[in-house]
Amino acid sequence: MKKLAVALTVAALYAGQAAAQTVKIGIILPYTGQFADGAKQMDDAIKLYVQQHGESVAGKKLEFVRKDTGGIAPAVAKRLAQELVVREQVDILAGFLLTPNAMAAGDVSAEAKKFMVVMNAATSIITTKSPYMARTSLTTPQLNESLGAWAVKKGGLHKVYTMVSDYGPGHDAEQAFQNGFKSAGGEVIGSVRFPPNNPDFAAFVQRAKDQNPEGIFVFVPGGAQPAALGKALAERGIDARKTKVMGQLELASEEARKAMGDTALGIITSAHYDDNLDSARNREFVKAYNGLAGRNPNFFAVGGYDGMHLIYEALKKTGGKTDGQALVDAAKGMKWESPRGPIAIDPETRDIVQTVYIQRVEKVGGELKNVVVDKVENVKDPVKARMKK
Amino acid sequence: MLGSIVGVLFDGLAYGMLLFLLSVGLSVTLGMMNFVNLAHCSFAMVGGYAAVWLTGRAGWPFLAALPAAFIAGAGVSLVLERMLYRRLYRASDLDQCLFTIGIAFMSVAAAAYFFGTVQQSIDTPRWLEGTVAAFGMRFSAYRLFLIVASLAVAALLVWALERTRFGARVRAAVDNQRMARGLGIDVDRAFMITFALGGGLAGLGGALAVAMIGLDPGFAFTYLVYVLIVVAVGGLGSIGGSLAAAALLGISDMAGKYYFPWLGAFLIYLVMVGLLMWRPAGLFGKR
Amino acid sequence: MASASAFFAGQVRWHAAEVAFWLATLLPFVAAPSYLSLASQIAITALFALSLDLILGYGGLVSLGHAAYFGVGAYTAGLLSKHWLGEPLTGLAISALVAGVVGYLSSHVIVRFRHLALIMLTLGFGLLLFEAANSTSAITGGADGLQGVEISPLLGFKFDLYGRTAYAYSLAVLFLCFLACRRVIHSPLGLALRGIRENAQRMPAIGASSRAHLRKAYTIAAVMAGIAGALLTQTTSTVSLETLSFGRSADVLVILILGGAGRLYGGILGAILYMVARDQFSGVNPQYWYFWIGLLLVAVVMFLPNGVLGGASALYKKRQ
Repeated sequence: MKKLAVALTVAALYAGQAAAQTVKIGIILPYTGQFADGAKQMDDAIKLYVQQHGESVAGKKLEFVRKDTGGIAPAVAKRLAQELVVREQVDILAGFLLTPNAMAAGDVSAEAKKFMVVMNAATSIITTKSPYMARTSLTTPQLNESLGAWAVKKGGLHKVYTMVSDYGPGHDAEQAFQNGFKSAGGEVIGSVRFPPNNPDFAAFVQRAKDQNPEGIFVFVPGGAQPAALGKALAERGIDARKTKVMGQLELASEEARKAMGDTALGIITSAHYDDNLDSARNREFVKAYNGLAGRNPNFFAVGGYDGMHLIYEALKKTGGKTDGQALVDAAKGMKWESPRGPIAIDPETRDIVQTVYIQRVEKVGGELKNVVVDKVENVKDPVKARMKK
Repeated sequence: MLGSIVGVLFDGLAYGMLLFLLSVGLSVTLGMMNFVNLAHCSFAMVGGYAAVWLTGRAGWPFLAALPAAFIAGAGVSLVLERMLYRRLYRASDLDQCLFTIGIAFMSVAAAAYFFGTVQQSIDTPRWLEGTVAAFGMRFSAYRLFLIVASLAVAALLVWALERTRFGARVRAAVDNQRMARGLGIDVDRAFMITFALGGGLAGLGGALAVAMIGLDPGFAFTYLVYVLIVVAVGGLGSIGGSLAAAALLGISDMAGKYYFPWLGAFLIYLVMVGLLMWRPAGLFGKR
Repeated sequence: MASASAFFAGQVRWHAAEVAFWLATLLPFVAAPSYLSLASQIAITALFALSLDLILGYGGLVSLGHAAYFGVGAYTAGLLSKHWLGEPLTGLAISALVAGVVGYLSSHVIVRFRHLALIMLTLGFGLLLFEAANSTSAITGGADGLQGVEISPLLGFKFDLYGRTAYAYSLAVLFLCFLACRRVIHSPLGLALRGIRENAQRMPAIGASSRAHLRKAYTIAAVMAGIAGALLTQTTSTVSLETLSFGRSADVLVILILGGAGRLYGGILGAILYMVARDQFSGVNPQYWYFWIGLLLVAVVMFLPNGVLGGASALYKKRQ
């Protein structure tokens, strides 16, 4: 509190003379390539927030510079961050869909002492790369460990099979789910990892089926894979309503549900956001987002939207002062009501604290929707919580 | 046990047939015309988007959208052939590579601009969803359809190119231009038709692929590597070779993933490397 | 020192345009100090393209898997700095050596093949290495990239945010490798390579000795690609699977053909053109810049066949 008071006084002193200036925000996203759709979702949400809240904050005009990494390319992301800092003289770095890129840019944030907001990349340790970094999205363990524990306690499952993409995020998800599942007393009877760019899942689904599990946990990257996997499950005769199929929210995204059709019924996912969440705040957000982008927002969008909220509120708190320390201090401990529900920035780890929803695909008014069946409140990143101990 | 072997064989064959449909057009243009078209999957993408748009927006039935996808792929490639490609038939391989990669880059951006970056899906008719029971097992209806469709395409192609007068002319034109001209064959037209055929086949493959592997602007590059693998392993210009290679790659990939999942990512490349070291010209290649 | 002066004395005569070009590479330090990070990555890409030129442009071996050696160099430099020593020059030397050994071993297989089989085998080896790096994530860090790469200052100069040290370092290494290449091209080996390229059809008649030449060239190219990879690691302190990817192999091929294969400056010019165009187009239009870069490639093929350098020299000859 004392720190905050000091910051506010200092900010107030500076506010007068800084009024005419601008605040520059550099956004680094994979606008092209495999992850372009996520970048588009997020970018539209950023635009929406600016549209709704005005282009100036704390008396300063905001200016945006957008840069494309073209996919996973940490060397490029780092160069872009450097250029944003030295050439464009940005005050804040934002965006970051992908872990390797966020990690590389984290070095620049640390060295140049710039406030950095990670709006999607989900590996736990990212936020340790720079003391000026905060995250408004999720961590993979946050969602999957909660799901693992839920599957035993409320889902009534004791024997599951896990299948994940064979790369970093897949390994994290596998470990987190198994942690949650085993510590709640469940047993993992088998697991398999498939190549990250796998177009056809029939063989892996057959392996899972051979074990005859009560439930199957799946982690696949978004894009075409959830639908391909869902179809393979249906073709091998695995009905999600009998053998529980569980995964992170990508598995039952809007595009995936559309491609899968009725075979998606019964899939259980853990999510930090879904456009079907039932709150006035969310309905208003979904409507406004549709007005701008012509489609429903997903978790990329909400990460960007909340990221902008964090930037706006932090700037308000510092009175428009842009130094990295002041901004990150302002961000620490901030709490607000997001379209996804109540969220906060953990003052110790600068990572997000939020509600994890357990949802199931059901038919609502003839349409396949994710319906919340349970929720776990105030979930922190479990990995960093353990690291502290 | 026996059931799972049959299942793996069936799924692998269907996956292979998907690869065959995507690559057979390239086998025609690269093998017969000796033109390196790295934008081949862009034509597949044209067919895919055409089918998605026709079934989704215009309300066409799926089966009607398939020939339309062929026509869309053939049409776009015909226009490009007349405007650009034909000037490069004599260019070096490297220039052809650079040119067609340029075309593929432009197609990626154009697809993102017109259709958005979102992952597309296609409505298939009821009878292609779910499974079919036979011999006490259940087979995916769509996979069965893929297998039948690709065998039909292969048979039709072999017949058209090897049994008809038109096919004989085309083969003569691409084999020895000077001789063919002397015999009064319109070489320019033969090249044009062959190229359009390649583009049309790609379009059809793209349309059939959507239901299994999805579609987004990255499609122009995502499957390029697999397509090249099938063509190289099959042998240039050999339809039967492509069919055999696609079936072999699909089945070995699927069987490998089922029995040795830890090898999953390596398998298709290992099979390719092994086969090409054994037969550098491909299974049925002449050179 | 004696050997160094012999090295320089052994160079063929320098054209005035060449001297002007290399002097111009120093311009960014004063004219565009905020573009030095980009300049450094251009120099690295140019070195990578130069190394591909040795085997493709001069030896006639088309490779779609050249990123394998780039990646081996990059990961060697990264792992060295993480576990043993962060001193860049030693790291560079060791990375070059490791890439060279891998190149030498693979060259025995590669030079036996031609045409599509060669392209697909290089592609296959490259992809296998990529998958191997992904599945040994305990060592390589897998898809998240290698963490904990820390590079010590280069001869007392820290790698700064502006990229001054990075560019000076990359440029110096590029220049030295260029000199080496220039010598190789004008040596008996270079002449033999061109002979092999021109008479690719008669390969079997020439027999094993031409394979020995190709193996040598392939190994040298692998060393240089490894150096380029190590430079990228050291100047950015990051390594990821991207360094081994098909995309990187394809990009460098595009760059070399764009600039003009079989010409010493082809790769360098291609790297400058491609990366500056990419930077500018994507700066203006981050979502759809691929369209403009595609148009650039198409236009170059249409109006300047055999790459910018090849096309330009043909035009020049025609005018005379």
